[in-house]
Amino acid sequence: MYSTTYHRPSSVDEAVALFGKGKEAKYLAGGQTLIPVMKQRLASPSDVIDLARIKELVGVDVGGDTVTIKAATPHYDVASNAALQKALPALAHLASQIGDPAVRHRGTIGGSLANNDPAADYPSAVLALGATIKTNKRSIAADDFFKGLFATALEDGEIITAVVFPVPAKAGYAKFPHPASRFALTGVFVAKTKSGDVRVAATGASQSGVMRVAAIETALKANWSPGALANVTIPASGLMSDLHGSADYRANLIKVMAERAVTAAG
Amino acid sequence: MSTVKLTVNGRAVSADVEDRTLLVHLLRDHLNLTGTHVGCDTSQCGACTVHVDGRAVKSCTMLAAQAAGSSVTTIEGIAKGDELHPMQAAFRDNHGLQCGFCTPGMIMSAIDIVHRYGGKLDEATVRHELEGNICRCTGYHNIVKAVLDAASRMKVAQAAE
Amino acid sequence: MGVEGIGASVVRKEDKRFITGKGRYVDDIKLVGMTFAQFVRSPHAHAKVKGIDSSEAMKMPGVIAVLTGQQLVDDKVGNLICGWAITSKDGSPMKMGAWPAMAPETVRFVGQAVAVVIAETKNQARDAAEAVVVTYEELPAVPDVRAAIKPGAPQLHPEAPGNVVYDWALGDEAAVNAAFAKAANVVSLELANNRLVPNAMEPRSAIADYDAAEEHFTLYTTSQNPHVARLVLSAFYNIAPEHKLRVIAPDVGGGFGSKIYIYPEEMVCLWASKKTGRPIKWTGDRSESFLTDAHGRDHVSKAEMAFDKDNKILGLRVKTHANFGAYMSLFSSAVPTYLYATLLSGQYVIPAIYAEVMGVYTNTVPVDAYRGAGRPEASYLLERMMETAARQLKVDPTELRKKNFITQFPYQTPVIMAYDAGDFHASLDAAKKAIDYEGFPARKAKAKTEGKLRGIGVSCYIEACGIAPSKAVGSLGAGVGLWESAEIRVNPVGTIEVLTGAHSHGQSHETTFAQLISERLGVPISQVSIVHGDTDKVQFGMGTYGSRSLAVGGSAIVKAMEKVESKAKKIAAHLLEASEGDIVIENGEFKVTGTDKSLALPMVALAAYTAHNLPEGMEPGLKETAFYDPTNFTFPAGAYICELEVDPGTGKTTFVNFVAADDFGRLINPMVVEGQVHGGLAQGIGQALLEGAVYDENGQLVTASFMDYTMPRADDLPSFKLSHTTTLCPGNPLGVKGCGEAGAIGASAAVINAITDAIGNNKLEMPATPDRVWHVIHGKAA
Repeated sequence: MYSTTYHRPSSVDEAVALFGKGKEAKYLAGGQTLIPVMKQRLASPSDVIDLARIKELVGVDVGGDTVTIKAATPHYDVASNAALQKALPALAHLASQIGDPAVRHRGTIGGSLANNDPAADYPSAVLALGATIKTNKRSIAADDFFKGLFATALEDGEIITAVVFPVPAKAGYAKFPHPASRFALTGVFVAKTKSGDVRVAATGASQSGVMRVAAIETALKANWSPGALANVTIPASGLMSDLHGSADYRANLIKVMAERAVTAAG
Repeated sequence: MSTVKLTVNGRAVSADVEDRTLLVHLLRDHLNLTGTHVGCDTSQCGACTVHVDGRAVKSCTMLAAQAAGSSVTTIEGIAKGDELHPMQAAFRDNHGLQCGFCTPGMIMSAIDIVHRYGGKLDEATVRHELEGNICRCTGYHNIVKAVLDAASRMKVAQAAE
Repeated sequence: MGVEGIGASVVRKEDKRFITGKGRYVDDIKLVGMTFAQFVRSPHAHAKVKGIDSSEAMKMPGVIAVLTGQQLVDDKVGNLICGWAITSKDGSPMKMGAWPAMAPETVRFVGQAVAVVIAETKNQARDAAEAVVVTYEELPAVPDVRAAIKPGAPQLHPEAPGNVVYDWALGDEAAVNAAFAKAANVVSLELANNRLVPNAMEPRSAIADYDAAEEHFTLYTTSQNPHVARLVLSAFYNIAPEHKLRVIAPDVGGGFGSKIYIYPEEMVCLWASKKTGRPIKWTGDRSESFLTDAHGRDHVSKAEMAFDKDNKILGLRVKTHANFGAYMSLFSSAVPTYLYATLLSGQYVIPAIYAEVMGVYTNTVPVDAYRGAGRPEASYLLERMMETAARQLKVDPTELRKKNFITQFPYQTPVIMAYDAGDFHASLDAAKKAIDYEGFPARKAKAKTEGKLRGIGVSCYIEACGIAPSKAVGSLGAGVGLWESAEIRVNPVGTIEVLTGAHSHGQSHETTFAQLISERLGVPISQVSIVHGDTDKVQFGMGTYGSRSLAVGGSAIVKAMEKVESKAKKIAAHLLEASEGDIVIENGEFKVTGTDKSLALPMVALAAYTAHNLPEGMEPGLKETAFYDPTNFTFPAGAYICELEVDPGTGKTTFVNFVAADDFGRLINPMVVEGQVHGGLAQGIGQALLEGAVYDENGQLVTASFMDYTMPRADDLPSFKLSHTTTLCPGNPLGVKGCGEAGAIGASAAVINAITDAIGNNKLEMPATPDRVWHVIHGKAA
């Protein structure tokens, strides 16, 4: 790791101010991606600004129509939140599948979304559920937030403060883990909104990050059942291809994981 | 350089370290607590697992400064004097270790698993929960046995308290 | 057996320090004034080093020195050696290219060191290493073994034209041709044995400390064989004469072969410690392990087996290309030859075998012995062949094996080995029973109704351990003897120290070796200390690899104990005024048989050291040494059967059951033996399902971290059902065979045989990743 300066602000405003003063500052949430990248000397922020201890950024609020997860809430707290498990079990399940237990104790939803790793789990839920990303400046719709690999709509210095999920009628998440890293080789989140709309998002598969899967959405809108996908074919073009998953394999996984997510959703 | 103050194994400690110092290096190099190991550089192997404020974390994936003000427990801090922690005893009794290098992290993760699940542990759950800890010697067979054994010992110990 | 003697599953003496965080590994050690080394490594697989500019690095904080390969050459530090000479079919010696510890002129694999920075802190060393500017002229690279031998391929070493190290053969080609000429059926198979990264959890580490006043070096290192390290560093690398070099291998966090070898980093740290006058520590990070630890396996083979009309094997023909990487590592030459082709008879009567092995240089990290070393490659080839043959001949695979099992011992194979004992039917029968082999078709049918493809796969392995005797291995080209030493010191108060040349890095010697003492002398194991891993304490030893520690090292302990016992009995007889022949040892007491007269061991020991009343002419003291050189290899064998399910939607394999029936001869500590089998099985299953080192066409290692190289995790593996059948090894006093590698040797074929059975397609390579299996199921090219 290169030299850096550590800061621990106690409020979002203080964090933003520190960011402005740093030459090449970075926010540090759970650090489960940033610290490894810094260790590998692939990132060299002049300053790291720790958001994890800012009280206003931690917590889960479960309401009747929405679930709000504040940005610095660790995955474990999401996965183990009893009210959330009841209101939006698919999201709690997704959180329980991220990384490993130690990673879930530190990693946060805000950090995951701001990083937008193409194989991260959370972006699929955010996109499929049509969540809203709240920042210190504004609200961003999920459809406008993800801008390709490791790219988001966030401006320099902008901090995610919370993510608001509408509670769906049905939702499910199925992940096929990368055998080595345990990131999503492909993960699919399916959601049926209370108004009957169907949104499906796949992570780990596309060369341009998390994506909606229109063919599956259409099929499920017509018939919400795993069997509805029998004749759906996902094209391999535009999908990632590597040692552990060729593009045609990932295309297959999108369909198979979608079927299993629908089964899980009930 | 910053002065990092925290509690380690129940003792208040303070160390002057570069801000880029990882928690694991604070423990190993500055506090001479060399039971916590470094087995990889990608946060995968779990040999460095310690408890921070009661939760298992990878001390190689956390700056020492992030732990300032926290309470850290390492493998050196779980026995009560000569009395082994039930998880330590279970690892020994079930031959849950060979070369011993992954063992401290494995034990710290395993204690955390039992804390989270209480007595509701089965083999499949233990195997899944151990996914952040890599062992090259044991094939995990006896580690899984040890964790299940310790879970019942810890339940008995808890009931007795 | 006593409660702590042979056959007792006592818990391990060494565990307390490991479970309390008090283990002492090399990286845990700090010396006063210690500095840190960071190597500057090549990013290219093949390049000329045109220049090294360290001027900026030298100006950086804390930097003490930047040293280069040319300085090593100038100081006449020797090149790395390969310790086993192999002769090609045409009678020519193997063709070795020079391997300097840091490359002065040419780099031949990604990660090869060209310079080292020594600095006050690890961070400072790493910061400065980035500031060393190395100018390279890139050369074309060839990482693939088949590509490397094609005409026009990039050439690695001028000493090895065509990149061929040797073209070796074993067996009778004419006899094999004759066997195939009369065959009723011929079964062919092409397969690869995937390249593996050993990945002991403790990365390699070294601390070198030079004492200028004494002109003496101390090296702490992660070694499986510190004495061999000292020998090689002294005799070949000109670091220091042996009496001026102490090598200590303290607690070592796993080896699996990868810590046998003397690596460039240890050599450079020793040399640089003298140059800088400071102790130097180097600890590799995992990325360096991937790039620089010797890898394992990496064969491609073609095999044919001839059968008569009754399905009896007539002959076997094998042609293998072995990838050696860019340089010949310490024992690399022996692995695909004398540790591989010699095992190609397996458990079967095969009248004629002919194996050709071509060793090839490529632009990859050197390849050497990794758990099993040659024997997994032989076993995998043969056991896939038997399964393939059974399918082609439409017979049950266990029946085909049984029809061809060797049943008479000793049995001389056509490929050097003379098996001394075994009962292959017993192992296979035990495994079949354990897995309910007969009930499998019903289970397969039921799984099918649940949408799962179920398969069963068998593997009957045999291996050769405790490689020996020294005279024989010397005649085959080995540069060292393969005996082991032991020294037993009975202290004046009756406690016992056993000094052994074997090294424990997970194998539990501190317990099992103490059990040997307890069995014989009746003392509790708490009274026995096992001393190892320090050339200043133990006179000499050959170390731990090839499942040799108990069969060879344990036998040396027995031999030393015989001497101790003999002298102690003489003393006891003298003190008890009895005849030596009437003295028996029971529960730590020397008794006069048939009387109530006895003396406890401590009293005998004290008498030996006070020397007030010893038999006439006897020297004082009670300490004996033995060197034990076995008469033959040992031959552990067994049968593994694996039942699993494949998910046709994802290609993912899930274990249903894995049974192992091993014959290791006598078991000293069954708990420890089972632990060794578990670990071996995990590595064998890892090879079959998960692990594979992949280089791209430019020689960059694609699988260079745990993010890409799939290490077996707890949820990848099943619990194992183990059992043992026993034929005692007649070749050593303990009747033991060795158990450390069996699982890694036998497991991979069982897994692949089961998957190919499940999916009904034999064309499957390791690792059988979900992606790969899915493509085979659905008939698509990967």
